[in-house]
Amino acid sequence: MDVLKRVPVREQDAKERATNFDEVCLGYNKEEAMCEAERCINCKNARCITGCPVSIDIPRFIEQVKLGNIEEAYQIISESSALPAVCGRVCPQETQCEGKCIRGFKGDPISIGKLERFVADWARENGIKPTGAKEKLNKKVAVIGSGPAGLTCAGDLAKLGYDVTIFEALHETGGVLVYGIPEFRLPKEKVVKAEIENVKSLGVKIETNVVIGKSTTIDELMDEEGFDAVFIGSGAGLPKFMGIPGEQSNGVFSANEYLTRSNLMKAFDDDSTTPIMRGKKVAVVGGGNVAMDAARTALRLGSEVHIVYRRSEEELPARVEEVHHAKEEGIIFDLLTNPVEILADENGWVNGIKCVKMELGEPDESGRRRPVVVEGSDFVIDVDTVIMSLGTSPNPLISSTTKGLEVNKWKCIVADEEHGKTTKEGVYAGGDAVTGAATVILAMGAGKAAAKGIHEYLSQK
Amino acid sequence: MYKILRAEELTTNIYLFEVEAKRVAKACLPGQFVIVRVSDDDERIPLTISDYDREKGTITLVVQTIGAGTWKMRDLKAGDSFRDFVGPLGQPSEFVHEDLEELKKKKIIFVAGGLGTAPVYPQVKWLHENGIDADVIIGAKTKDLLIYEKDMEAVAGNLYVTTDDGSYGRSGMVTVTLKDLVEKEGKTYDRCVAIGPMIMMKFVCLTTKELGIPTIVSMNPIMVDGTGMCGACRLTVGGEVKFACVDGPEFDGHLVDFDQAMRRQTMYKTKEGRDMLKVQEGDTHHGGCGNC
Repeated sequence: MDVLKRVPVREQDAKERATNFDEVCLGYNKEEAMCEAERCINCKNARCITGCPVSIDIPRFIEQVKLGNIEEAYQIISESSALPAVCGRVCPQETQCEGKCIRGFKGDPISIGKLERFVADWARENGIKPTGAKEKLNKKVAVIGSGPAGLTCAGDLAKLGYDVTIFEALHETGGVLVYGIPEFRLPKEKVVKAEIENVKSLGVKIETNVVIGKSTTIDELMDEEGFDAVFIGSGAGLPKFMGIPGEQSNGVFSANEYLTRSNLMKAFDDDSTTPIMRGKKVAVVGGGNVAMDAARTALRLGSEVHIVYRRSEEELPARVEEVHHAKEEGIIFDLLTNPVEILADENGWVNGIKCVKMELGEPDESGRRRPVVVEGSDFVIDVDTVIMSLGTSPNPLISSTTKGLEVNKWKCIVADEEHGKTTKEGVYAGGDAVTGAATVILAMGAGKAAAKGIHEYLSQK
Repeated sequence: MYKILRAEELTTNIYLFEVEAKRVAKACLPGQFVIVRVSDDDERIPLTISDYDREKGTITLVVQTIGAGTWKMRDLKAGDSFRDFVGPLGQPSEFVHEDLEELKKKKIIFVAGGLGTAPVYPQVKWLHENGIDADVIIGAKTKDLLIYEKDMEAVAGNLYVTTDDGSYGRSGMVTVTLKDLVEKEGKTYDRCVAIGPMIMMKFVCLTTKELGIPTIVSMNPIMVDGTGMCGACRLTVGGEVKFACVDGPEFDGHLVDFDQAMRRQTMYKTKEGRDMLKVQEGDTHHGGCGNC
């Protein structure tokens, strides 16, 4: 075995998986995991831990995998993360823990994500649960939103003995993990539900179908229902559109709508009562992880799919692995291309997307080279469906109904990074509601920080 | 689970459900809506609130059971439950935030078409309870399809009923009655609120524009989450994109792009689906399908 190379992970064949919604990556088995763990040199000053937003003690859990003590490894991860089977699948490890790995200087970094996934999957299959609080504190905390930030915050507080209730607006728990990320990247029943059950097993209560800001307010939760502190992890919010002509045509969707129909409402399944457009040719506008998810979903529903992105491949904000998978499956990348108009037939249905070619100029404020229009380069891509994946802007439901809760100029909730403390006493916030659309693990990091902040606040109260 | 305390068939294909939903009943105001799911794996269906009882903690909904999603509701009886029931969603009607003394000086006319009569009721009732009697026009295709007449009578100022076929009350579309009231019967109105099928609201708006009466409509586009997340319900209002679920559902009817809204409402209706709708709806077939 070459110690510079990681143990390859098994994947479903690209041709086959392009036609089904089963998980793409099959993960390690115990033998492969132990073999990969052998490569870890167990650094004293472990850089990988500093790259992890929830500071998992990585060398310590890998040490246990090496020895074949998977249950022990799971309990070590659980000290820091409530959702290891999720994180092992969707974290951008290449820029976090694995990006810091010493092994990466000369060869492949340790496959930390795949090891974490293996440990969490093994624990689930063997009925191992995280350890709960030894004694209960008589203090109530409300958590708004059951996505990654909320689940993490709730899990951490429950482990400390708090009486925690999560309020979820949708009928299903999991937030972006159930409505946003597709089945083929993150299985819902097997992985997401199981990890939520683990959080519940710590004593966390979940009330679905409650929209905070509508069904009740934060002030009412604190004044009338006796909650001592509140964490807001309500997520990103309203989808953005480009504001180009033709965007209201039939056949133009936000990625949020398209993915929610497929993931949450199971529209990819023929038996589902919720419909979804199965276009012949689909353009997905945008280059982030959500764009890749929408594109690969459309592909699986039988469409020819184009990613339309205004910068070049190097600037694609999506994870390298997602782009790689998308290409393998046959997604066409129309890079340095920007839509200027959506064309429709006489009945108002999309029949094309007019684009211009772009070239890269000087770097802009984001440090990426600014795309500039090539004059006279417009052309039409013949499509019947357009999916806009341009990010989101914050949802005002909570900020507009909570006295004393400040938002910034982008309408994101103002909260300090260290503790998630907002401008309202006893109210903490984290995740996309604070930062704007980001990743699952960053939201979890914020949920964790806020749990610490809430614990300090309530310990002094 | 949200328990059904009362289930009634009001007329062909139109059912009333009074449902226990404490949080919603405590917080809701006229003009708002809820989203329900009958059971697991069902669609999320947005429905405008038709009445509420804060003491009992109940919400009343009136549903036309013609779509694939609502068809199942015909079998629901008192004692059964909805799997999911979330709300109140959307903004309340504008007048609940207005100064009551100012509001008392206004002459308001409600125009209710078909099923739209049900969501008009809590608005008229709210005004009545606050000492304001608004006039109401109820329109139905034919006498048998008329709903809420008695309830409305109890809370409205003047109630005018019209049927398309003249089988009861006045004869003809709601727009005819509205025009007659203003042009022939000497009524003046400062404001109109129209709720019904999109096609009806479009024509009421054309009429009130002519008559110079500012008009509010309640839009019911396709929705998924109902909390602003998906953008399926977007409309163009005064040249701006609005989300019916968080900005609405009520908008200035003279600014709504109805043709676009009606076209977008047909997004998931296939040829077969439209045919089925026609069969199921029979005589009540009333727009919505995008073919008429």
